Amino acid sequence: MTNKKKSSGMPPAQAKPQPQGAVPAEAKVRIFVPRDAAALSMGANAVAESIAAEAKKRNAKIEIVRNGSRGMLWLEPLVEVETGKGRVAYGPVAAGDVAGLFEASFLTGGNHKLRHGLTDEIPYFKNQERLTFARCGITDPLSIADYRAHGGFAGLTKAIAMEPADIVAEVTTSGLRGRGGAGFPTGIKWKTVLDTRAEQKYICCNADEGDSGTFADRMLMEGDPFCLIEGMTIAGIAVGATHGYVYIRSEYPHAVATMREAIRIATEANWLGSTIQGSPYDFELHVRVGAGAYICGEETSMLDSLEGKRGLVRYKPPLPAIEGLFGKPTVINNVLSLASVPIIIDKGGVYYRDFGVGRSRGTLAFQLAGNIKQGGLVERAFGITARELIEGYGGGTASGRPIRAVQFGGPLGAYLPNSKLDTQMDYEAFVKEDAMVGHGGVVVFDDMVDMARQARFAMEFCAIESCGKCTPCRIGSVRGVEVIDRIIADENREANIELLQDLCVTMTDGSLCAMGGLTPMPVMSALRHFPDDFHRPAHAEAAE
Amino acid sequence: MSRPAENKIIEIPAGSEEWARAICAAHENRPDELLEIFHAVQHEIGFIPETVVAVVANALNISRADVYGVLSFYHDFRRAPAGRHVVKICRAEACQAMHSHEVCVHAEQRLGTKFGGTSADGEFTLEAVYCLGNCARSPAMMIDGNLFGCVDEKRFDAVIAGLDNEAAA
Repeated sequence: MTNKKKSSGMPPAQAKPQPQGAVPAEAKVRIFVPRDAAALSMGANAVAESIAAEAKKRNAKIEIVRNGSRGMLWLEPLVEVETGKGRVAYGPVAAGDVAGLFEASFLTGGNHKLRHGLTDEIPYFKNQERLTFARCGITDPLSIADYRAHGGFAGLTKAIAMEPADIVAEVTTSGLRGRGGAGFPTGIKWKTVLDTRAEQKYICCNADEGDSGTFADRMLMEGDPFCLIEGMTIAGIAVGATHGYVYIRSEYPHAVATMREAIRIATEANWLGSTIQGSPYDFELHVRVGAGAYICGEETSMLDSLEGKRGLVRYKPPLPAIEGLFGKPTVINNVLSLASVPIIIDKGGVYYRDFGVGRSRGTLAFQLAGNIKQGGLVERAFGITARELIEGYGGGTASGRPIRAVQFGGPLGAYLPNSKLDTQMDYEAFVKEDAMVGHGGVVVFDDMVDMARQARFAMEFCAIESCGKCTPCRIGSVRGVEVIDRIIADENREANIELLQDLCVTMTDGSLCAMGGLTPMPVMSALRHFPDDFHRPAHAEAAE
Repeated sequence: MSRPAENKIIEIPAGSEEWARAICAAHENRPDELLEIFHAVQHEIGFIPETVVAVVANALNISRADVYGVLSFYHDFRRAPAGRHVVKICRAEACQAMHSHEVCVHAEQRLGTKFGGTSADGEFTLEAVYCLGNCARSPAMMIDGNLFGCVDEKRFDAVIAGLDNEAAA
């Protein structure tokens, strides 16, 4: 199924005032060079500068739009040229390629070895179901005119005219579950906050996307920030909150800058602030920046961090929905949960629910990462198999070697072997495999991987990032590293494997939050599916 | 962030107690803005000096132990100045799958420091980071806030050489 929101042909011209004496807008060729951090990491700024310089030299009339990423990250920087037939893609473009592109008349979509034809027709992109990411990569992320021309603020406009309880009901109908990984039904969380009486309530967006193999939150904040703003504002109206916080990790400076700028623009245009668009609703949004603590992605730890404290995990109950930020009822949702709300309200909960399978409704933004040929973001309805994603979209490993293990759902998710890749991507099917879909992060490893090392790293990471409040996590992770070291060194190996399994049970059952509670998942899955790696001769390790 | 009081800060010598007080005031002396205050201090002078801890505790009306607790909890905050360039290399799973370990070993040799340290000439601080959100273009690194993807040993050297050229220019 192709993207339903996208219009074909020429997007509407932007309502930008032209400088005096400039040629009319239609005479300028619009060129898109992404501002997404992944594109910047491969030299997008240099490419944009080079295009501007080359155009000046040749007296070509162009307008460069710094869009978000389309999600085909292996092609970044992906430069697009707007033509009468649609946007033509070239990538990956290096600054050194620019003169050659002009020579090949890329301003009219001319042929070149980097040309991929119409962007919308590239199978990787065409065969997606883009609901949450409908605009990402297409619009200018900081243009409200562009946002509205592509369906933006339609959800909020509807929400303003709705009863708050009906908004919550619509979200419940959609079947949306927390996209941060835990998969808790969003509508139920909202209803709890709505039904809790308080003078002040809060909406907190968890944008502390710390898991390796995930970048969807970052892409959305950089590529379509108004969508998150709209979703949070709708949440505010739905539960009666007038203040919201976006907690973004400090490792994402580009997302921080884009969100701050988008909030400023939206406030100026009265899509945030007091009496939004003449309605009785007020909603103020603030950005808060984390400080390099992985644990602050845990919701109660994030609340403490937002309050200016050490990011220690809180006991539950009380639930944050009842006593959250500053002790007030608080909705805490992941970026993509909130960014899915505008389309749910605009098109209805039933429309969203019709995507997906079983109890996994809607779409998930799968992120193909690690050792993969065509890494990037693939938004598809739940139910696609892991193999379709990794081999179909991803094209297998980047190294060309066989796939040996894939970690799903971040550092706290399971490693599955190649033989399990026909598992359907939905919450319940993965639970049956003692794994989790989580936020849709997919990290591929080839046959060079040593799974005993990966298991050791899971424990090591937990030891580094544990908040330290509960013992199973704080001490268990350190002991876990030691025990795995002994297993690798072939010291009393079988007894230590048993000890490791026992330790994993203690951590799973006794930890306060998912950090200590789920660290055993990658460890145990490695042990279960790749026992050979825990039984290698010790001297092979020593030789490394 | 444009808060009215912040304009005044520029005239006060960075790092002084008065300057630290002005930063706190710009954040309305709110305890919940402690992380933002630390970010502002570190952005200006590169680390959080002891003197600032005392000033902040006073201004926010919280104990020095609490301020120190926050300072020591978060990996980002430094209590001593860093090198002229801060090199952060991702050591998490997606980058491991693309052999970031080899880049890490190479970086330690090339920069002349272990992870967590600063080179003897004060040029480079080398730090581990766990995910920069560039997992489809692994291995990833960040230098002074600029992100780089597909970093193998060769590209690492090229990027570092680029920094040296900048410095010479």
